[in-house]
Amino acid sequence: MNSTILLNIFRFVLLILTQVLIFNNLNFMGFINPMVYLIFFYWYPIKVNRAIFMLVAFLLGFTIDIFSDTMALNALASLTIAYARPVLMRFCFGVNYEFQNFSFKNTTNIQRITLLALMVLIHHFIFFSLEILSIDHILLILKKVFATGIVTLILCTLFSSLFSPKSE
Amino acid sequence: MQRIINFILRYRNAFLYIFLALISLVMTIRSHSYHQSKFFNSSKWLSGNVYGTGHDISSYFGLREENERLVEENERLRRILFNKPTDPIPSLDSTNVAFGLLSAKLIKNSFSSPRNYLTIDKGSNDGVKQDMGVITTKGILGIIENVSKNFATVQSVLNTKSNINAKIKHTNYFGSLIWGGEDYTTAQLVDIPRLVPLVVGDTIVTGGMSSIFPENIPIGIIKKYDLNASRSFYNIDVELFNDMANIKNVYLIENRNKEEIKELENQTVQ
Repeated sequence: MNSTILLNIFRFVLLILTQVLIFNNLNFMGFINPMVYLIFFYWYPIKVNRAIFMLVAFLLGFTIDIFSDTMALNALASLTIAYARPVLMRFCFGVNYEFQNFSFKNTTNIQRITLLALMVLIHHFIFFSLEILSIDHILLILKKVFATGIVTLILCTLFSSLFSPKSE
Repeated sequence: MQRIINFILRYRNAFLYIFLALISLVMTIRSHSYHQSKFFNSSKWLSGNVYGTGHDISSYFGLREENERLVEENERLRRILFNKPTDPIPSLDSTNVAFGLLSAKLIKNSFSSPRNYLTIDKGSNDGVKQDMGVITTKGILGIIENVSKNFATVQSVLNTKSNINAKIKHTNYFGSLIWGGEDYTTAQLVDIPRLVPLVVGDTIVTGGMSSIFPENIPIGIIKKYDLNASRSFYNIDVELFNDMANIKNVYLIENRNKEEIKELENQTVQ
């Protein structure tokens, strides 16, 4: 249990640094800055206190907000996916995710990618619609959501297969 | 009572979610209409130092380009200096001039969001104050928004809240430079009356109407123009001289007469 907490603190710090120092400066095609820190919510242990998970998500998003001067956009979007994760997991893995012996090992790739994709989509949609906050720019919002979302999804899938956690 | 407590306990996660979401919504929406938050911005100690360290590492890449740019600027300034009609007694006292100048390095750049803020490595310890103008060797960059001891944040011209007084070079027709949020190479100049003769390629410079920037700092050139909905003013697309994606060294301009101007303006309004 103790090592899980340490591991998550380590991930927390490392993901913030990677996000603000590398991926926020990527500007691929002029505007695509993938938000790879979302992988934190995918890696976070499944059977935990939801309240703590939400607080951690808020804190992670808010720290990234301070670094990138985006007020509380990341905080709100992260909080929402932390709150919605159990629902999304039930949607992707069916009821057997509630069983005691559930782990990512006995799920298919498609199921895991669906979970990631849904998380990315919800996060980016909240983030960009509140960032731009104008119905006139709906096309710009959709363009940013999908372009950034696809890159985020590809990077998150890569990261999750590169550094797959053994303990969970 | 028991039931209410049970109800709250049962939905405690939902309540927590709503509570935290409200906090972030209020903060976000406030920042759309008011200034950037004073307490949570990247000029603070932790984020400033992280960006500073990152910049220390990455600043070695692109030194050659940066040097070439500085040499180019020196060349231009020397040309002006040599061709200037000779001043009988050049004033050496730099404390008595209207505009003071500071140099700084950009440690965080941003140009892809609708409200871009940059971070520089000078703060109140170096004499940086709120509302100083920020320029680069090529042209205008933004205005200082928040200052901490060793860092400061800059509201970029690429910010939908930015509004800068600008005019067409060698005329006195002035308008406002704003940014629509789409393309980081172009800003928009509005409120230029219809009777002004415009040519694509004309230079746009800062006007003298604000107490932030001195007159005639280059901004960009006219890329295209058309009339606005009321057909009495132009909407002009201005291609910025600055490559906003590649900025390292900046200069901060301080208007030493600003206090006096502000005071006078306040008195006049009352």
